[in-house]
Amino acid sequence: MSEEMFPEPEWLSEEVKTGTTIIAVTFDGGVVLGSDSRVSAGESVVNRVMNKLSPLHDKIYCALSGSAADAQTIAEIVNYQLDVHSIEVEDDPLVCSAATLVKNISYKYKEELSAHLIVAGWDRKKGGQVYATLNGLLSRQPFAIGGSGSFYIHGFVDAEYRKNMTKRESQEFVVNALTLAMGRDGSSGGVAYVVTIDKGGAEEKCILGNELPRFFDQ
Amino acid sequence: MNRHSFDSRVKGVSLGTTILAVKFAGGVIIGSDSRASMGGSYVSSKVINKLVQVHDRIFCCMSGSLADAQAITRAAKFQLAFHSIQMDEPPLVMAAASIMQELCYQHKEELSAGFITAGWDRKKGPQVYSVSMGGMLVSQPFTIGGSGSTYIYGYADAKYKPGMTREECQTFAVNALALAMGRDNVSGGVAHLAIISEKGEDMKEDADRALSQSRCVMGNSKAKE
Repeated sequence: MSEEMFPEPEWLSEEVKTGTTIIAVTFDGGVVLGSDSRVSAGESVVNRVMNKLSPLHDKIYCALSGSAADAQTIAEIVNYQLDVHSIEVEDDPLVCSAATLVKNISYKYKEELSAHLIVAGWDRKKGGQVYATLNGLLSRQPFAIGGSGSFYIHGFVDAEYRKNMTKRESQEFVVNALTLAMGRDGSSGGVAYVVTIDKGGAEEKCILGNELPRFFDQ
Repeated sequence: MNRHSFDSRVKGVSLGTTILAVKFAGGVIIGSDSRASMGGSYVSSKVINKLVQVHDRIFCCMSGSLADAQAITRAAKFQLAFHSIQMDEPPLVMAAASIMQELCYQHKEELSAGFITAGWDRKKGPQVYSVSMGGMLVSQPFTIGGSGSTYIYGYADAKYKPGMTREECQTFAVNALALAMGRDNVSGGVAHLAIISEKGEDMKEDADRALSQSRCVMGNSKAKE
């Protein structure tokens, strides 16, 4: 009788997903990555302040989406592999190398994993770069969006992205896009994490809910 | 999301679509794309007009199953004409929207079509109503609907400002439709727009007067991608 009266909460059995919004944009001299902070298991929010921007190396970050466990594991494995690689070549790794390592794991285990990582960073050879690695594809793009919240902002980013934005404009673009997606997607929310990477290094920033821009809200 | 959403396996021809309506001071703009598809991979019509004029100054746009939507709009048009004769004055936009809502709600198990009803009446001026598939009726300053609308929620939230002029609303509507058509594979073709305002100063003038203008924006002249 006790099982029927108090059924097991569904969040104990639902897979933990980072239903999410992630975005990465290149600007002249670097990249800006952004993400929301909500982790949901079914209908519950199990973590409202998770930072989904994970460092792979000093100037290379990745943005996680999909299953939280899968994405974190891929990021940790690639972090290790990149460390080994950069010792072997005695130099900072290229963003392309990091993206290829992520892509190799995503592709090899594509049946078992369900995570999509966007890899972005700065290297001396090609400057700021953004790579999308969805399902084992490797594609370099001027900007990339991902996660469940990204569907709602396809139109916005198509309309608003311009080549050769400044660092400040790119940061605003990322924050605006995240805010709009968080406003419409039930699985995205919380605070916005923004990481700016250029040749001087990576700068992390957290923008709280009440500091996000306001849009028409009726 | 309930089972009605994004269901492109609806019976027969479906209006995977993008529809929207925006209110400005003095009127409304209602717009849609022009593609009707079957199963998401065959386009059965490239130039279908999803804007239906249910009365002189009231338009509806359809989404969901084409057959259901057409049946509902025809029934609504008839009921509205009858109502208007009984009341001996042009119907309220709310009346049109309520008729659609009754039909959608009473037959919610059999039907799968959603609408946007917009128009102008003497009592409340320009109005936009959204009647969703289950029969919910809600009035908003602007609204977007159909499968393509998911891609432009962000754009619409960012770009809509209350109190835009007619030209600004027109640009907003065309840009939003173009962006959605660019991303949604079941929306496309041309953008149909109807602009409804109170022009036609004298209410007793007959319907030959252009009370509403219809504009058709061809695919190659849409907003830049």
